[in-house]
Amino acid sequence: MPAPTGSAGAPAALWRAAESALDRLCGVDDNPLRQLGAIGFYLFWLIAVTGGYLYIFYETSVAGAHASVEALTHGQWWAGGVMRSLHRYASDAFIAVIVLHLVRELMLGRFRGFRWYSWVSGVPTLWLAVAAGVVGYWMVWDDLALFVATATTEWFGALPGFGAALVRNFIAEGAVSDRLFSLVAFLHIGLPLVLLLVMWMHVQRLTRPQTGTTRRVALTGLAALVALSLVAPAVSGPPADLTRIATSLPIDWFYLAPLPALYTASPEAVWVASVGATLLLVVAPWLGRTPRPRPAVVEPAHCNGCRRCFDDCPYAAIAMAAHPSGKGEIAVVDADRCASCGICAGSCPSAVPFRSTATLASGIDLPHFTVDMLRAAIDATLRPAGTAGTTLVFACGHGAAPTPQPGLAIFTLPCAGLLPPTFVEYGLRLGATGVVVVTCAPGDCEYRFGLRWTLERLEGTRPPRLRRSVDRSRLAVIQAGPGSRAALDRDIEAFRARLAARATGSAAGGTSRPTLGETTHG
Amino acid sequence: MANLTLRYGGQAILYVLFAAFVGYFSTSPPYQHLPPDQALLRLSFRAPGQLTTDCRPRSPEELAKMSPQLRAQMDCPRERSPVHVRVDLDGKLMLDETFAPAGLRRDGAASGYRRQPIPAGEHLLRVQVNDSVRVKGFTHEAERRLTLAPGQVVLIDFLPDQGGVVIR
Ligand code: HEM
Repeated sequence: MPAPTGSAGAPAALWRAAESALDRLCGVDDNPLRQLGAIGFYLFWLIAVTGGYLYIFYETSVAGAHASVEALTHGQWWAGGVMRSLHRYASDAFIAVIVLHLVRELMLGRFRGFRWYSWVSGVPTLWLAVAAGVVGYWMVWDDLALFVATATTEWFGALPGFGAALVRNFIAEGAVSDRLFSLVAFLHIGLPLVLLLVMWMHVQRLTRPQTGTTRRVALTGLAALVALSLVAPAVSGPPADLTRIATSLPIDWFYLAPLPALYTASPEAVWVASVGATLLLVVAPWLGRTPRPRPAVVEPAHCNGCRRCFDDCPYAAIAMAAHPSGKGEIAVVDADRCASCGICAGSCPSAVPFRSTATLASGIDLPHFTVDMLRAAIDATLRPAGTAGTTLVFACGHGAAPTPQPGLAIFTLPCAGLLPPTFVEYGLRLGATGVVVVTCAPGDCEYRFGLRWTLERLEGTRPPRLRRSVDRSRLAVIQAGPGSRAALDRDIEAFRARLAARATGSAAGGTSRPTLGETTHG
Repeated sequence: MANLTLRYGGQAILYVLFAAFVGYFSTSPPYQHLPPDQALLRLSFRAPGQLTTDCRPRSPEELAKMSPQLRAQMDCPRERSPVHVRVDLDGKLMLDETFAPAGLRRDGAASGYRRQPIPAGEHLLRVQVNDSVRVKGFTHEAERRLTLAPGQVVLIDFLPDQGGVVIR
């Protein structure tokens, strides 16, 4: 069987080290680095709510804009002022968080192949978020706003279609009109709405996307932003005066960093750099040509339309359609969305190795890694004479790789979720002394739900369930990330020692210990 | 217990550090847009140049060749002159540039935008414009003595229907 390859490499190891370090502080579930996308959604809603409050008091006019924001900031510092600061700082945090989210997926190598859609649809969020923020700075109509307005129009003025006259809207007395402020306010509401639409599209190819943070992250994050708002409230500069320009400006680097580059370099250079970087991001999934494994295949004769693969697929790659036989439904795989993780194969009730057919045909299978190949490999390991005492190891190809040892038969799977639970029972009945299932580390499943479904199936809380009658003391589930090989080896050794002790001990009437889901390593 | 304190303390520090990072880069370090002793000179205009040629009556032969519904007595080419701007500050040449009319037929307005920081203080600004290819030299001119504070913006505009060069 072809051994699947994990996402190794120094960048991935570095990112995982950072995540594990934070795990120790926050715990896996509340580690912000593991839910950056969700924090993005959370901050978006926080920005929307605080922005809504500000808008109630905002005056959309040249004369009123600055004064209305000042009144809000100082007149009701305890409400409007805090809301304004929260609006500002949540927006800054939003940029920091989505950039970190991008860096994470990049460093973990999670942007190629079937992930192209998630990746590419993420890119426009950067432009939309920055555009919305830049327009937000105009709204204040202070000296910084004037700088932002002239700088952005100077930037667009460098484009052939716009022309040099664009900037005239902001430099001549009387040119700035109330109508322009209506446009700016319209953009400041419209751009985030488009952003929300793109965010929604961004998670369309994921099943159950995590668009909400854990409660602790939400509350601690909010507390930190409120504290910041009280310590360093957001304030305006002096009102915009078209005959003056501030020599020194307190600019928000999260949103306005490209503007100084207009003057240190040139508007054209900023266009080339920003458009170039965007194009590079967009084509990144197709750079470096890693071949895509073949997608899962449905065998109509063995698919009874039970929907388990449809439920379990982490990437919404499976749809249900009318069965060609005319009775019931059949699973249909969207090849472009398919991650070839095999979680569907592990969910299929037809994947029962005890069936006495010459080839084990399942309802849904990976063509390059079928459950029949897996059964044949187990047969070849356990059927020959003298194999008694063998321990089977089913290891996730993205987790730690166990060190080969005498008496260990290791099967590396694309994802632990590919393993139908019946295969555990099959191995034990064929004479294996024990079975080890190695998954990726908690919170770091390459295919989002492989780890969770595997645990639930083996615990018997999710179909297909490992039967209750199977002796759980002969099964060990170890969660071990790519960096924890030594710990994994130790755990396997300890498990085998327990099995050996039990074999001798049970003759003398010893007790057994359940081992399921006990051990985790980052 | 000590372990728990450490964990919560650590988390608190983590979030405080993040908030500090956000708070700091939200306004700092300041961006020095202009050196503190500088003012800004801006040229910004959008004006159509003069027509390059006058209308001229068409000869009977020319008219005969044209289709009847297009037979206008006068031929009026619409091409406009480029706008040439020259700016001198304290007798020194700062800008000498020609801005082409817009449009494929060169029949639109010319527009230009340039910015140039200059030291604050006293200056003599002289702006000359030519908006007609049929005139040698300049068609419009203005001169102003300026006393500029740091950060002050001087705008040079060209409005042919309001007397030509405007310095604000
Ligand atoms: C407004 C900005 C963004 C938000 C709110 C956001 C949110 C999310 C969420 C909630 C997920 C699903 C996480 C899960 O449930 O497993 C996700 C996945 C993903 N995001 Fe974003 N995202 C944003 C921007 C970006 C950007 C800029 C990129 C990169 C260019 C990106 C790349 C990805 C990728 C590749 C995945 C798929 C991860 C996987 O398949 O395991 N996202 N995003």
